[in-house]
Amino acid sequence: MNTLKITKYQLKDAARSKWVVLYALFFLAATDALFRFGGTGERVVLSLMNVVLLVIPLTSIVLGAMFLYGSREYIELLLSQPIERRTLFHGLFAGLALPLASAFAVGVAIPFLYHGAFSGAATTPLLLLLGTGVLLTVIFVALAFIIALATDDRIKGLGIALAVWLFLATAYDGIVLAIIHLFGEYPLQKPVIVLSLLNPVDLGRILLLLQLEASALMGFTGAVFRRFFGSGLGAVITTAALFAWLAIPFALGRRAFARKNF
Amino acid sequence: MATERVAGRRRSRRSGRSSRPTADRVAARLAHHGMVSILTLGFTAGSLAAQDVVVGPAGPYTTVTAALEAAEPGARVRILSGTYREGPIRVRKPVRIEGVDWPVLDGGHQGSVLIIEADDVEVRGLRIRNSGVSFVDDHAAIRVDGGNRCVVDGNRLEDNFFGIYVARSEGCRITDNVVRASGDREASSGNGIHLWNARDVRVARNQVRGHRDGIYLEHVRRATIEGNHCEGNLRYGLHFMFSHETEYSGNVFRSNGAGVAVMYSRSVRVADNVFEDNWGATAYGLLLKDISDSEVVGNTFRRNTTALHSEGSDRLEIRGNRFERNGWAVRVLASSQGNRFTGNDFIDNTFDVTTNSRRNYNHFEGNYWSAYRGYDLTGDGVGDVPYRPLRLFALIVERTPEALALLRGPFVDLLDVAERVLPAITPETLVDASPRMTEVTR
Repeated sequence: MNTLKITKYQLKDAARSKWVVLYALFFLAATDALFRFGGTGERVVLSLMNVVLLVIPLTSIVLGAMFLYGSREYIELLLSQPIERRTLFHGLFAGLALPLASAFAVGVAIPFLYHGAFSGAATTPLLLLLGTGVLLTVIFVALAFIIALATDDRIKGLGIALAVWLFLATAYDGIVLAIIHLFGEYPLQKPVIVLSLLNPVDLGRILLLLQLEASALMGFTGAVFRRFFGSGLGAVITTAALFAWLAIPFALGRRAFARKNF
Repeated sequence: MATERVAGRRRSRRSGRSSRPTADRVAARLAHHGMVSILTLGFTAGSLAAQDVVVGPAGPYTTVTAALEAAEPGARVRILSGTYREGPIRVRKPVRIEGVDWPVLDGGHQGSVLIIEADDVEVRGLRIRNSGVSFVDDHAAIRVDGGNRCVVDGNRLEDNFFGIYVARSEGCRITDNVVRASGDREASSGNGIHLWNARDVRVARNQVRGHRDGIYLEHVRRATIEGNHCEGNLRYGLHFMFSHETEYSGNVFRSNGAGVAVMYSRSVRVADNVFEDNWGATAYGLLLKDISDSEVVGNTFRRNTTALHSEGSDRLEIRGNRFERNGWAVRVLASSQGNRFTGNDFIDNTFDVTTNSRRNYNHFEGNYWSAYRGYDLTGDGVGDVPYRPLRLFALIVERTPEALALLRGPFVDLLDVAERVLPAITPETLVDASPRMTEVTR
């Protein structure tokens, strides 16, 4: 009950501030522009994929951390009330992740609707893109909580947030590439699958690519990826990995929030 | 027509050395054509003279074998509607066999159904099914063994081991047949149209589905393969080896297990075909192996894992083709040299060009690349900045295919940009100096 109240208050707060609207407008403009530059539904999803995989983690983690640093006094005030810390955490988390995720989903979905590409060949990739975006939002908001609770220095916290984003979004791929290059003589398909399960951004990208660009991935080793990610067991493992990425940062954030000496 | 064009090229190439044998051959061919038309005239006259032999469930002949026994050379054998189970039927004299209302010749899963051993035999309008399946003999619905100038036109062949099998034959015409099988294993499935050791063959407008190879040629000279439709065959849509001076045009090859493979031949012309939806780890739109002095012109490659794969192939002219939404559009191994890629369209392929070498022995010029980001300030339709179609990532994937897991990741895209600005690893000469700003083929 109290969770809902806190979330509701935060949603009102978010609606009053401009960043959620700006965020939604950004996706709306990007999607619309891609349609106007002659894209069909599927091509637009493919082009949006990189935007989603880069921008969503960045905004979620930075805005998340900034919000927590900015509303420190508000949180302390609420903590002085007879509310359980868990309840407060849930309320704050939902109040942050919900506007971000829905701004993204609405911003992308509206151009698809009025360009008439919502149903048809692009439906599955689009739904997968929306799902990936929402999951990434939640995961990176959880990471923001962990970071903001770990350090009280706002500059340091933002620095760490940026570093985490940079690592997961780009540097991780570099490390994987280096490993592949160094151990090129060995059978690497399974290690590469494991490595890509360990990064939510990579996982989202591969799942989307298998929907969109199967022809390339099906050649050579691609067959192995496809067999794994396309099979029943692969789907179970992939979903499990995504939910682990959802649950573990969330649990860690909640624990940190419960133990934090404000 | 087309055969003559190819032959003409060969003639002109040889004429430098000696013109004599070629002149002889031309004379021989003219004589040969004359003979064909005289024979055809003879047949027409024959049928006017009411030499028809009729086979039907109610007589006069009830088996095709008996009717063939009775027929004079040059006669017309008309087979009326019905089902005939006779074991292998041998044709040993020049006759015209015509089905009326689709009579069925059923092989009962034993041996070949119709075996043609004489010259100038025509087979039309038959429905032939259930030839024998053998791992030793090549049983076929229609087997032409040594018969020259045969015509196999407008038949329906269903559930046979091989469909039409032609060996040691000259001047055959195989047209408008529908060849279907429901093979599920390569070993227990034969080829739809199989030509071995044949000359001057024309295969046109046939539909082949569900066989091992749709159309198969081995040791064939001067063949024209046009307007055929090969779909859903277990292995190759078209497969040929050691077949020089052949032309393939206007065919459609779709969803075959391994696409189309062309090997060990020279003076081949592949024009205006469609290669589509050939997906899988070892599937190619068109695989060229040890092909030289040939042309690949005006074809459409759509949604193949690898659209055009070339190894050991030299001096090819690859012009005016459309490569659309393939995994790899062009894969040229280092063993292929002196090939020219001009005026092709490369649209939305994951990789436009890839190779296994850090050197380049082929020439790219005046193609349209949808991934090209240059500009055209001079307004002449040609980009002002050269385009490097080989991505660094393509080379990495060629070395370690596992790297595909990083496809379209920001890090890899960053590497590609860096390499494009300052090429260090990709071959410096693999460059299209005059990339077109608009599509060429549409």
